[in-house]
Amino acid sequence: MNALIVDYGMGNLGSLRRALERLGVVPEVSGKPDTLRAADRIVLPGVGSFKDGMANLHRAGMVEPLRKAVLEERVPLLGICLGLQLLADEGDEGGGAEGLGLIPGKVVRLQSAGGTERIPHVGWNEIHPSKSHALLTGIPKGSDFYFVHSYHLLPVHPDDIIATTPYCGSFVSAVARGPASGVQFHPEKSSRLGFALLRNFLGI
Amino acid sequence: MLTRRIIPCLDVRAGLVTKGVRFKDNLDVGDPAELARLYGEEGADELVFYDITASNEKRDIFVDVVRRVARTLFIPFTVGGGLRTLDDLRRVLLAGAEKVSIDSGAVRNPDLITAGARAFGSQCIMLSMQVLKVPVSARIPSGYEVYIDGGRLATGKDAVAWAQEGVERGAGELCINSIDGDGTRAGYDLDLTGRIAALVPVPVIASGGGGHPDHLVRLFKETASAAAILASILHTRDWRIPDIKRRLQQHAIPVRL
Repeated sequence: MNALIVDYGMGNLGSLRRALERLGVVPEVSGKPDTLRAADRIVLPGVGSFKDGMANLHRAGMVEPLRKAVLEERVPLLGICLGLQLLADEGDEGGGAEGLGLIPGKVVRLQSAGGTERIPHVGWNEIHPSKSHALLTGIPKGSDFYFVHSYHLLPVHPDDIIATTPYCGSFVSAVARGPASGVQFHPEKSSRLGFALLRNFLGI
Repeated sequence: MLTRRIIPCLDVRAGLVTKGVRFKDNLDVGDPAELARLYGEEGADELVFYDITASNEKRDIFVDVVRRVARTLFIPFTVGGGLRTLDDLRRVLLAGAEKVSIDSGAVRNPDLITAGARAFGSQCIMLSMQVLKVPVSARIPSGYEVYIDGGRLATGKDAVAWAQEGVERGAGELCINSIDGDGTRAGYDLDLTGRIAALVPVPVIASGGGGHPDHLVRLFKETASAAAILASILHTRDWRIPDIKRRLQQHAIPVRL
């Protein structure tokens, strides 16, 4: 299997690469559009701001090739953290920018519901599947995953939501629309269950 | 629910984990990568590694430890000790750390917080501070003073004011180390941690004095702390993480099991 980790200068990719290696896949780590051609799985990781992330993808000439790989070639893509957010149409962070437009919706800042929740949302929190999806096979309801973020995706279509997390009321922590999927948490930092999710993604 | 975190702290000297009392009298307790793997399997939510040699010629040994840990550990970990420049932060982040803990280097040069947050994001900047209880004065209105250089040098900075400044400059988390509590197993300084956690919007981690599961119960019941650092009681195997988490769960404190 050819898995590509998209390197666009947004954070540390080492743990993701090592996690995939542990699952028996040696991923390519690259920001070059032509590496998409050989990929049969694409992982879009990233931490940082929406606007910077999109600017870097544009600079690398990756925006249209990524859209084409998912929409036309139907290559399964998993966005992680900022990578999930970039799948949206647009994001507020850093002054606002257009996203990849693979999952209709908008990325907005978390709003503390009772004024008691801390932002950024840092630590282990539970996910609750909203529907059955191959990405979440074998992951019990209420399982804890590791989160670090201040923004979240508001999808237009409720059917694209595959899991939510009870924080700041409730936010969408996993989405999928056709071959495009994304998780707001970090499977590569979520120990045993993180591996289960990545294994599911490789098996889709 | 967002769970409260248990974070084993590994002080590393010349490539080995060591543990002291009130920052002195260190004893070597084991191999960092091996302990990290053990704590990870037992359910540690995160780990922190401090380079307590922090002398230039040994720096490479420590970076190599970070690299070795990153190969086998799939939970977040933070690295600190002797980090003074943006290049120092970059070196340990590239070696595989999730976050950096900056302490004396941030007191000497507060712009390190700002520049670090700008370069790598607030989420990976943990501002750590060593705090000693002192008489209340005009200069130290909270009665808690920040010390640097392994708790040896007073700075004249008020810990509560420094915490607020750190967050304004972009620190994504605060770690509050009570020098009075370090290694004593007498319980966390609830007043100090509670006051800071009530003031700042970012997660606050309590450190120094954790010696019994009930100390964590009190910390999480009585303060808004997000996490607790533990060292000696884990290193000696007097308590294990699953036992501590069960105790927290019995008290209706959310933990990851």
